[in-house]
Amino acid sequence: MTTKMFGAPVQRNEDPRFLTGKGRYVDDFESGAYGAAFLRSDFGHAKILEIDVAAALALDGVYGVYTHADLEGVLSEPLPLLIPNPNLFAPRTQYALAKEEVCYVGEVVAMVVAKDRYIAEDAAGMIFVDYEPLPVASDLEGASQVGAPVAHSDMDDNVNGRVAEEKGDVDGAISAATHVFEWRFEIERAAAMPMETRGVVADYDTRTESLLMYDSTQAPTGVRGGLAQLFGLDPDNVHVVAPDVGGGFGMKVIQFYPEEVMVAWASRKLGHVVKWIEDRREDFVGSNHERGQVHHVKVGADDEGHILAMDVKFINDAGAYCSYGLIIPIVTAAQMQGPYKIKNFRYEFRNIFTNKVPTSPYRGAGRPQAVYVMERVMDRVAGELGIDRTEIRRRNFIGPDEFPYEVGVMWQDGGNVVYDSGDYEKGLDVLLEALDYPAFLADQKKAREEGRLLGLGIGCYVEGTGIGPYEGALIKILNDGSVTVAIAVGTQGQGHETVFAQIVSDELGVPVDRIKIVSGDTRRLGYGVGTFASRSAVVAGNAVLKAAQTVKRKAAEVASRSLEVSVEDLVFADGRVHVEGAPDVGVPLGQLAIISNPLRYAFGKDSEEAVLLAQRAYAGSDRPLPEGTSPGLEATEFFSPKAGVFAFGTHAAVVEIDRDTCNLKILRYVVHHDCGKVINPMIVDGQVQGGVAQGIGGAFYEKFEYDEEAQLTNATFMDFLIPYATEIPTLELHHTETPSPLNPLGIKGVGEAGTIPGAAVIANAVSDALGQPVDKMPLSPLILFEMMHPSLDG
Amino acid sequence: MTGDKMRISLTVNGETREVDVEPRWLLSDVLRHELGLTGTHVGCEHGVCGCCTVLIDGGPARSCLALAVSVDGAEITTVESLAAEDGQLHPLQESFQKHHGLQCGFCTPGFLMTAMPFWENAEDMSDDELRKEISGQLCRCTGYSGILASIHGAAAVARERERSDSSRRIAEQDVDQ
Repeated sequence: MTTKMFGAPVQRNEDPRFLTGKGRYVDDFESGAYGAAFLRSDFGHAKILEIDVAAALALDGVYGVYTHADLEGVLSEPLPLLIPNPNLFAPRTQYALAKEEVCYVGEVVAMVVAKDRYIAEDAAGMIFVDYEPLPVASDLEGASQVGAPVAHSDMDDNVNGRVAEEKGDVDGAISAATHVFEWRFEIERAAAMPMETRGVVADYDTRTESLLMYDSTQAPTGVRGGLAQLFGLDPDNVHVVAPDVGGGFGMKVIQFYPEEVMVAWASRKLGHVVKWIEDRREDFVGSNHERGQVHHVKVGADDEGHILAMDVKFINDAGAYCSYGLIIPIVTAAQMQGPYKIKNFRYEFRNIFTNKVPTSPYRGAGRPQAVYVMERVMDRVAGELGIDRTEIRRRNFIGPDEFPYEVGVMWQDGGNVVYDSGDYEKGLDVLLEALDYPAFLADQKKAREEGRLLGLGIGCYVEGTGIGPYEGALIKILNDGSVTVAIAVGTQGQGHETVFAQIVSDELGVPVDRIKIVSGDTRRLGYGVGTFASRSAVVAGNAVLKAAQTVKRKAAEVASRSLEVSVEDLVFADGRVHVEGAPDVGVPLGQLAIISNPLRYAFGKDSEEAVLLAQRAYAGSDRPLPEGTSPGLEATEFFSPKAGVFAFGTHAAVVEIDRDTCNLKILRYVVHHDCGKVINPMIVDGQVQGGVAQGIGGAFYEKFEYDEEAQLTNATFMDFLIPYATEIPTLELHHTETPSPLNPLGIKGVGEAGTIPGAAVIANAVSDALGQPVDKMPLSPLILFEMMHPSLDG
Repeated sequence: MTGDKMRISLTVNGETREVDVEPRWLLSDVLRHELGLTGTHVGCEHGVCGCCTVLIDGGPARSCLALAVSVDGAEITTVESLAAEDGQLHPLQESFQKHHGLQCGFCTPGFLMTAMPFWENAEDMSDDELRKEISGQLCRCTGYSGILASIHGAAAVARERERSDSSRRIAEQDVDQ
């Protein structure tokens, strides 16, 4: 097999399963399980005075109704703080079941387990909770003020953390700048909304004191470790499987959501399999959101549009709890400078509690806000100084010869942000050529003469991907010559079963469809971190490469003994190992696997031949397994990156706004993207197209309508508008490949790239079309109407 | 409220099945949990996302909005019926694989069942027409372009398959002679 698989648009190994209805998602397991339902708070903020579960317990078919009073030991304490930080001075995490106070609509208060989900829901509706409403911190900016209602009654204000950093001399540079601007930008909440909601199936075997759990999580190994600790079990008695997962986008990486521990706990208590599948309304109010931030920015620039200094103060909406610590605002701050060289930069953020659904990373994770601010700044400074929007970006870009580039601020792993490689101006050139920028300007001029509202938005970004600490891979060559690879990261549709097989295929000379990737099953590989931060391809991918190289060495040694030739003279191709220059003299990989395990019980002709070969292979040795070897062809390797790697790109949208309906039509959406070496261009294109759809959704359609009591009033797909095919254009995609020097494959992550600049691009396009600033997201036809008819306002 | 069951008869993927169901059970739940056909997925249970789309008497319908008792006697077609018994994918399925029309796969059965009645005519549809045809289905992964290409290209996959089948037949005849 001479065709290289790395870089080829290979069709996906996982597709036939999904297409024939044979995918196995969490709700597809254990149809005989007891059904669980959770009673959730109806109040944004209230004290629990009394809970009466008698009526629910009395219902036929109900096996258990639980409140906080039923919880003991560690489980009666708040759930773990996943990412502590010294600057997070007032962390709060929620209880598995609310104790005395509920802090958001959707917080779990009680759990019912019954014969099936229908009955469990009936019973949940029969639980009586007496609440005493408390003042509500419903609005981010309001909650950040002195004297605002507090989201947690044991706190004096809503600030739970604060971080500030400065590089250079911002005050000096701003006072020396020819032009100084001050702007406010606001980005509202958004959420992942995967088509499959969350779900857990727990099977606790009280005879063996062991737990098997299916969980639609992105990080099964972490869930397993936590549950083992919670129940005081040997981790080898706890297994967590993330089966096929119907989209995650960050939302499913939190450990722990209360339901994950409660379902396992109830299974142990009842000695029966228990299943809980989140319904869509629960997902709206019970699964984490992100994005809400308000920024105040001061910018100093010279006459040529060089950004001399930026001073950014912002607040981040933590929601009611902060198990993910300060990660989102840290990423926002760290990524705000984007592809630009800004000598003097200062930020200060405060993380603010509100009585709303907690926040944690959703695809983009703080970056869309950062890019929104920076790209609006670029357009606004360009507008103020009369410089072309592409030219101002060019003037501020970090040059291709300046890598590695020290950004001068802290990264999410605690180290400094250092860009590994990039060529930002080339990326912009690729985009502008594809766009035909001069032609657009001519079109826009003509459109304006006709009274049409045509606009162009451009947005550049740099995306930190592939962070540590590590991932691993366990690879095995089986007796039939096929290969299995276990990785610990879960998979939610990214094509792991194909891209990792491509990497292995090139090493071992085995066809992609003969390589099976098993992901997110702690029974197969116990050590790993999880799928998030665009890290799986980079970190797990390089671990897979290392494991494939190790097993190849082992196979080569066995082949060398069997064929009595030196390792250097062997070639791996077409599922065989043969002598270079003599393709007929060789051994199939499956036979090598049999030889490597000197037993004599296998079926088939291959096995008989292998036994004969094995005798030859071991003839010169004093024992069946030569000293220093191990049976079987398998290897486990881990990859731990030195630092994150930084992908980049530029997006452009051409939009037209209808003067009558105030609707937005995206006429073209052009993307330049660079994620280093591409493993599978078809899959990368799919990631970008899907990411952009989420970016567009967040820019114009998806808006959480919370009222002043922090009640989410549009918690349905009827009212919260996720774009359909009628709203999302087919992208024009253009790639460059700037390899990362930090990993052997030269790759960078791509999962979040499409989403990151979406809000910025649409805002810039609308601003261009209407000729007025846009400083708030998401937009909507109503907001455009108000912008177009200011005289009708109020 | 619970416990009292009614016997209904459904012809599912060509096979008649008698099932005892509670009057409030959704068709989606009965297909998934009583008949074990877990290829039909439930994404919102309020009829907006379209993941649960099946064919009821030949037409696409939301199985999460239908009570099982309300379709007593009906003919139900689910995604499990599309591929041939030997595992060969339906041309529409093959086209989804070819054009990367799926990522996580959760919404996919709904898109397939929605497109089943019209896929053979899809290549003559304009982009706008095709988008409208599938505008009752949500996908959160793909951004739809792969799905559009898949449905648009399914007829070509079928033609290509027919061509290679007939050329194989001719080749076999030649050998026979």
